[in-house]
Amino acid sequence: MERVAVVVFPGSNCDADTLAAAREAGTDAYFVWHRDTDLQRADIAILPGGFSYGDYLRSGAIARFSPIMRAVAAHAQAGGPVLGICNGFQILCEAGLLPGGLMRNARLKFLSRPVRVRVEATDTPFTRLYGPGEELTVPIAHGDGRYVVDPRAAAELEAGGRVVWRYLGDNPNGSTNDIAGVCNAGRNVVGIMPHPERRTTPVLGGQDGARVFHSMEARHATQHAGAVRALGSQHSRV
Amino acid sequence: MAAFRVEVRVMPRASLLDPQGQAVEHALHALGFAEVGTVRVGKHLVLQLIAASRDEATARARSMCDRLLANPVTEDFEVAVESA
Repeated sequence: MERVAVVVFPGSNCDADTLAAAREAGTDAYFVWHRDTDLQRADIAILPGGFSYGDYLRSGAIARFSPIMRAVAAHAQAGGPVLGICNGFQILCEAGLLPGGLMRNARLKFLSRPVRVRVEATDTPFTRLYGPGEELTVPIAHGDGRYVVDPRAAAELEAGGRVVWRYLGDNPNGSTNDIAGVCNAGRNVVGIMPHPERRTTPVLGGQDGARVFHSMEARHATQHAGAVRALGSQHSRV
Repeated sequence: MAAFRVEVRVMPRASLLDPQGQAVEHALHALGFAEVGTVRVGKHLVLQLIAASRDEATARARSMCDRLLANPVTEDFEVAVESA
């Protein structure tokens, strides 16, 4: 069972949904307050959506200096999986753990509605249970969702297969290359603007988001199988 | 040590779309200000601070911009320092 730390900032409002989605997927998920300084032996850290610090100055700009972010950065640098959803994505960009930044939607309006996205990368800890090119319906709820990155960095993201989710059809916010989510070079840090935790069961309108959370547990199962195999071969050598 | 008043101007990077600026531009045109060209909207921050010299106040303010007040990916900033 994966230990999943869901970080709660003042102004987070998707923390409970994210915790529920992670638990539903079979993980041992728990909250960590932003003033805490360690992730309590987490295997995975999630920064949920919301409006940390009221989005003052810029979305995520102040939250990225919360004490817990040192632990999140250390976890990421050690190769530990980190997922940022919506405001969590904005915080990861502000913290420099992901490239680029998120600016006001091109048409200025706050958008809260389902959108279509395509899964572009399945080799991340949060998308491994999706098929390459699979198309999903997931909700967005953001005012600052326009992902911007300079042309060179955008080319690097594309060449490295680091665009994780891409909007299909109408780009809701004017993001560069229709990007809805990206990962770092190590592929362990992922940021997405849509809210998979709001689409995990039919009663919520669909379950296209559920496998983001099931992927975390699948990673654990794979690691565990690897450990057992390693143990087995060692045993046979004795 | 002396007191300084620092004004920081943060603007969306010129190469990036500024939808707020465009909306204001359209509103000014609608009001009959046909002479208005491009409008861009940024932030203006005013800080009071204590420093040994004007140069030190400027250096500290620039450091604040690098770390927090401006986003290096999406924004440019200018700092103006005067004695308070």
